[in-house]
Amino acid sequence: MTEHGNKQLISREDLERVREKLLEQRNSSTKSVCVCIGPGCAARGSNRLYELFCEAVEQSGVKAEVKAKGVGCHGLCEYGPIVLVQPGDIFYQRVEEPDVPEIFRETILGGRVVERLLYQDPVTGKKARSPNDIPFYKAQERIALAYNGLIDPTSIEDYIAAGGYTALPKALTTMSPEDIIAEVERAGLRGRGGGGFPTARKWRSCRKAEHFPKYVICNGDEGDPGAFMDRAIMEGNPHAVIEGLIIGAYAIGSSQGYIYVRNEYPLSVERLKVAIEQAREWGLLGEVILGNSFSFDIRINRGGGAFVCGESTALMASLEGRPGEPRAKYIHTVESGLRGKPTNLNNVETWANIPAIINRGGEWFASIGTERSKGTKVFSLVGKVVNTGLVEVPMGITLRQVINEIGGGIRDGKRFKAVQTGGPSGGCIPSEHLDARVDFDELTKLGSMMGSGGMIVMDEDTCMIRVAKYFTDFLQKESCGKCTPCREGLAQMLHILERIAKGEGEVGDVEKLEELAGLLEGTALCALGKTAANPVISTIRYFRDEYDAHILDRRCPAKECRGLFRYEIDPDACKGCGICLKNCPADAITGENKVPHVIDQEKCTLCGTCWDKCPFTAVLKV
Amino acid sequence: MAKDNKLIEQIVNRYDGDVGMLIPMMQDLQAECGYLPADHLRSLAKRIKLPLSRLYAVATFYASFRLLPKGAHEVTLCVGTVCYLKGAGKISEAICREFRVEPGGTTRDRLFTFQAVNCMGACAVAPVMLVDGKYYESVTPTSAVEILHGLYPDEDTVEKETEA
Repeated sequence: MTEHGNKQLISREDLERVREKLLEQRNSSTKSVCVCIGPGCAARGSNRLYELFCEAVEQSGVKAEVKAKGVGCHGLCEYGPIVLVQPGDIFYQRVEEPDVPEIFRETILGGRVVERLLYQDPVTGKKARSPNDIPFYKAQERIALAYNGLIDPTSIEDYIAAGGYTALPKALTTMSPEDIIAEVERAGLRGRGGGGFPTARKWRSCRKAEHFPKYVICNGDEGDPGAFMDRAIMEGNPHAVIEGLIIGAYAIGSSQGYIYVRNEYPLSVERLKVAIEQAREWGLLGEVILGNSFSFDIRINRGGGAFVCGESTALMASLEGRPGEPRAKYIHTVESGLRGKPTNLNNVETWANIPAIINRGGEWFASIGTERSKGTKVFSLVGKVVNTGLVEVPMGITLRQVINEIGGGIRDGKRFKAVQTGGPSGGCIPSEHLDARVDFDELTKLGSMMGSGGMIVMDEDTCMIRVAKYFTDFLQKESCGKCTPCREGLAQMLHILERIAKGEGEVGDVEKLEELAGLLEGTALCALGKTAANPVISTIRYFRDEYDAHILDRRCPAKECRGLFRYEIDPDACKGCGICLKNCPADAITGENKVPHVIDQEKCTLCGTCWDKCPFTAVLKV
Repeated sequence: MAKDNKLIEQIVNRYDGDVGMLIPMMQDLQAECGYLPADHLRSLAKRIKLPLSRLYAVATFYASFRLLPKGAHEVTLCVGTVCYLKGAGKISEAICREFRVEPGGTTRDRLFTFQAVNCMGACAVAPVMLVDGKYYESVTPTSAVEILHGLYPDEDTVEKETEA
């Protein structure tokens, strides 16, 4: 029986009783105000908003009826801080401190909508009341992010009341480990960390491995720049990850799990710590879980700030207290991983999908998506799109739909140039392939990859040589240095790219890059090195003309590479205000008051100050 | 010295002396001291019976470990893909020029330690700068320099005009 003193749940029935009780307490008349304190909204001061709502609740004495919650990322970061009021699903965007009393008085107490704070469609001008009325959310399908933005991530009760920890008792009491693996297999779930390896096959191999103990690891070392899906899940709904890990550990036969979190995500560590502590208190982690003879516990490790540690063998080296250098994988980690023992490693999002698969069945999951890529995928849609943020879409959706329908198209009326998927080792996909479907195999065919889910949109002002150079520079710095092709090859490629960007490229440079890329792909030790040339190869494949323009014409078509374009003043647009003249650090601009000014190309150092400062956009890049 | 040994002892016991937890131990040590002092590393190595070279291998491999003391404030600029596309490179240049500091280094007056990191996961509001744990969104070279000038305790020490 449940003892309320120590909350230990000893059976499935116990858990159900607690859930019923929680739901009774929170009948529909309870109102809640959910303030997003995810990274995007927090950067705009949402923590303060949350405090103000808490104070308002406290002072008005309606504590029993109204709950203020700090919740995880809602996704539409562009319009943050976001506040959601329940019941009614009323979605307020760009909320500022002075708005708090009004929302509290009008909506929470009065039940009226504050029109001014609703989302307005930039095209139709229509106001949207709830998230479902906003195109950004309409095309999405949320499984891993299902509870994000709705539950308080620091409250296990919230998770349970929302239907969390139903999969765990189901798995533990009604399914054998083989049943669980079979269910995951039916779901067709593939690794969300980037590789896309079938999850069930990994689990089965690890289960079959003969050595003990076995380990399960959750990879939260989300190192790809431009990606924050895992962060949002760990911070917005940590219990889903933990529930997935416990189920996986039971299926595999492991009693010790690790969550490896990036050093740059202190809040994720904090949230997971709290969640693990709660799960222990409730008897969901520890010895004899829910009356089953199965025991399991989780430990959190913080990374040290090395990109390569996202690679499974490097991560395991790091967990052993060594520098994170990968090893060759002719012996799989499911047979000999952490400390030489069978180890199953999956990404945060993969683990977070498990409870839903157990609850709703593998067939349901497999009904979403394409032939070989099932379910949904979370992407962080960023760069030069209108609606930046976190989106979860069914596999098979086209890139065009994601960018135009959900992302709202390109910012400032510019033209789309390319979308970069798959993190630094991914590739750039140009506009002619925008109708490609989001699917592990299709993206690989295009020379990019699914990766962990960064989706960075670039417009016409982005120089693809600089993009390739940026990623190569990143990877070169993050190369662990163990194998020669990666350590030396990337340095050489970067050297060539730097020359090209400076206008010192030579005929034959592109071929040299291709040769080095081939070598890297064929001989590097780990996945980081093998795919490190993707940014260069994909930009050469789709934007060869830009390479040629840099090398042959000494010209940067996107006008980003300094020295490969000039600044000129458009005499028709120039009002002769003198702002550029006053700000020019090289005294290269001349002209009388109210007469169009001129830039002396001999003196100009191309610093771009005039271009930044001109209030009439009369300074042009030519 | 006795106090230092006590600290090492405490940290090691926190992880039951498990050598596999070397990285968390060093992280704890850094959290206490602000960096990894050579003496402490030596005592830690001795205590858990590992060669000192192994501790240095770890300390120099991972970007988050520091072997030198840090400044009074901690400034982290994101130069991840999105921030970079939106001009983080120029922001970094402006900070380096204005305060004569290198990424990974500390200003001469120990005002702040400047770090450029790859991605802080706040891409939606890029470019992002973190000062002592507080996020600043959509920063520009000018606003970044202004924010950092604000770290000086007195206004009169800010004699330099922020440049364009």
